[in-house]
Amino acid sequence: MIRTRALTKDFVVSRTRTVHAVRGISLDVEPGELVAVLGPNGAGKTTTLRMLTTLIQPTSGTAEVAGYDVVERPDRVRAAIGYVGQGGAGGAAQHVRDELVTQGEIYGLDRRTARARAGELLEALDLTEQADRKVESLSGGQKRRLDVAVGLVHEPSLLFLDEPSTGLDPHNRANLWEHILRMRTAAAEPRTIVLTTHYLDEADTFAERVIVVDGGQVIADDTADALKAELAGDLVTLRVPAEHVADLAAIAERAPGTRSVHVADDFGVRTVEIRTADGPGATPGLLRAADAAGLLVSRVDVARPTLDDVFLGLTGRSLRETGVDGAGPDEPADTPTATAAPTKKEVPA
Amino acid sequence: MSAATLTPATPTSARPQVRRSFVRDTRIVLLRELRPVARDPFSLLFGLIQPLVFLGLFGPLLVGSAGATLGSDVWLWFVPAVLAMTTLFGSSVTGSNLQLDISSGVHERMLVTPLSRSAQLVGRALKEMVPVLAQSAVVLLVMLPFGLRPNPLGAVLTLLQLAVLGIGVGALSYSLALAVRKQEWMFWVVQQTVLFPVMLLSGMLLPLETGPAWMRAVSTVNPLRYVVDSGRAAFAGDLASSAVAWGWVAAVVTAAVGLTVGVRAMVRSAD
Repeated sequence: MIRTRALTKDFVVSRTRTVHAVRGISLDVEPGELVAVLGPNGAGKTTTLRMLTTLIQPTSGTAEVAGYDVVERPDRVRAAIGYVGQGGAGGAAQHVRDELVTQGEIYGLDRRTARARAGELLEALDLTEQADRKVESLSGGQKRRLDVAVGLVHEPSLLFLDEPSTGLDPHNRANLWEHILRMRTAAAEPRTIVLTTHYLDEADTFAERVIVVDGGQVIADDTADALKAELAGDLVTLRVPAEHVADLAAIAERAPGTRSVHVADDFGVRTVEIRTADGPGATPGLLRAADAAGLLVSRVDVARPTLDDVFLGLTGRSLRETGVDGAGPDEPADTPTATAAPTKKEVPA
Repeated sequence: MSAATLTPATPTSARPQVRRSFVRDTRIVLLRELRPVARDPFSLLFGLIQPLVFLGLFGPLLVGSAGATLGSDVWLWFVPAVLAMTTLFGSSVTGSNLQLDISSGVHERMLVTPLSRSAQLVGRALKEMVPVLAQSAVVLLVMLPFGLRPNPLGAVLTLLQLAVLGIGVGALSYSLALAVRKQEWMFWVVQQTVLFPVMLLSGMLLPLETGPAWMRAVSTVNPLRYVVDSGRAAFAGDLASSAVAWGWVAAVVTAAVGLTVGVRAMVRSAD
């Protein structure tokens, strides 16, 4: 469904400065896959999506979408794909139904078919009551559902969603996802869906495949579970009095299975965080060793990894810190090219 | 369950390729642009505030100062200018609608569809005819009780000429919006900077004949000057005059240049 080879995109910002937003992405997406592209702002997610949707041309490399080259046959690609951009699809002064009918006509439906199709989508996306209202009067969640409806008018076999749930509250996000997943299976063959997100839980819960992008490159590509098991491991957090922190950290460093040790200071409460292959298995041994050394462990927590841990393991940075806000939605900010750092060891004295 | 009806009869790939036509695409864009106007025609009245202010507050001054030279024909001289002004003011700001669509995401949505890029510009520009014609008609009707008696055919032809001019000015306004899409505020700076010189150098408010030679020289490259002169001649019933012919040339050239520049800007508007 999608095939890219060494895809790059440079933005010339000024005579002396060129931003390499995408630095050689090679990807294959099979029909029916639900893929989340995850990464901080400026990672190149949106730039990649904009190339795949024919909005911008690659600087080098090739991309085939729905069987057609995006540079050679953008018309064919456009006819085949659906796209839900970061912004809204509905004109403020337009009526909800009219926008869907117009979109149908744009894709070649006659007016009657377009009207019927609009009616189906309005019902499927719970917008029937809003059908004859202006887009500007819709709530955030309703607007987003309209955007998805607009993207689906022509039954595309491939749907791109660029940060579909950004700005929605948790209730509306869940509701939107319910609709997206239902619309996916409503087609004869499951639709291929490619979405970008910086919501970790979203990629974790819904995507069958997660592509982690950073610095314009793919740094990981697998199922969420596989990424977590291979790249992050469990997190064991032990709380001890401040004077015991260094000793406990040293013990943890030597414990079998330990990948990294980090001392966290959470408003004066100091904890030792141990990244390990098997948290529940390692904890008893750690506690026995601490006890033998006379270290007073007052609290133990064992957490399964999140995709943020995966990102942290890969880049040494947290997606939560880098991802939440930046220059703007995927501005071509120049993030340094990340080299995959397998583990991170830091034990402040 | 509605989901069942969403099943396509044929897979997308097997669907026959839609035959695209520029005319059909343009019509889709034009009708979409007209829909909010048709639904709320009173929104057009906002565009009339400016010309009516000029008619009400500048017209009487003109009668007082130039009445001696223009005689009782002062409205035949001034109203065509106000119509041109309405066209200029209304159509030159229409790019801001496109700016809204660019910042909201509507423009991007259209760019990802197979809709022809040129049609996206031409359809929008053609829509400008509607407010121009509607607003001009209102101005004419308002002025009838004040003694305006234009040649009827001349008035109709002038309105049509202004509609053509409106397409050109609208297309240029869209071009500007596309050109400055990364610094939105620039739109108003440029629009305002261009608007007033174009207006004053058209002889719209005061006769250029009384101005210095350099102003008259500059005005010869101002298409609006020819349209204003054409309107005055046509209102006076001088339909076969060269002024009217030049007015058409100016309007058509403005439309052609505007559409050419606009289509180019639209094609390159995704980067």
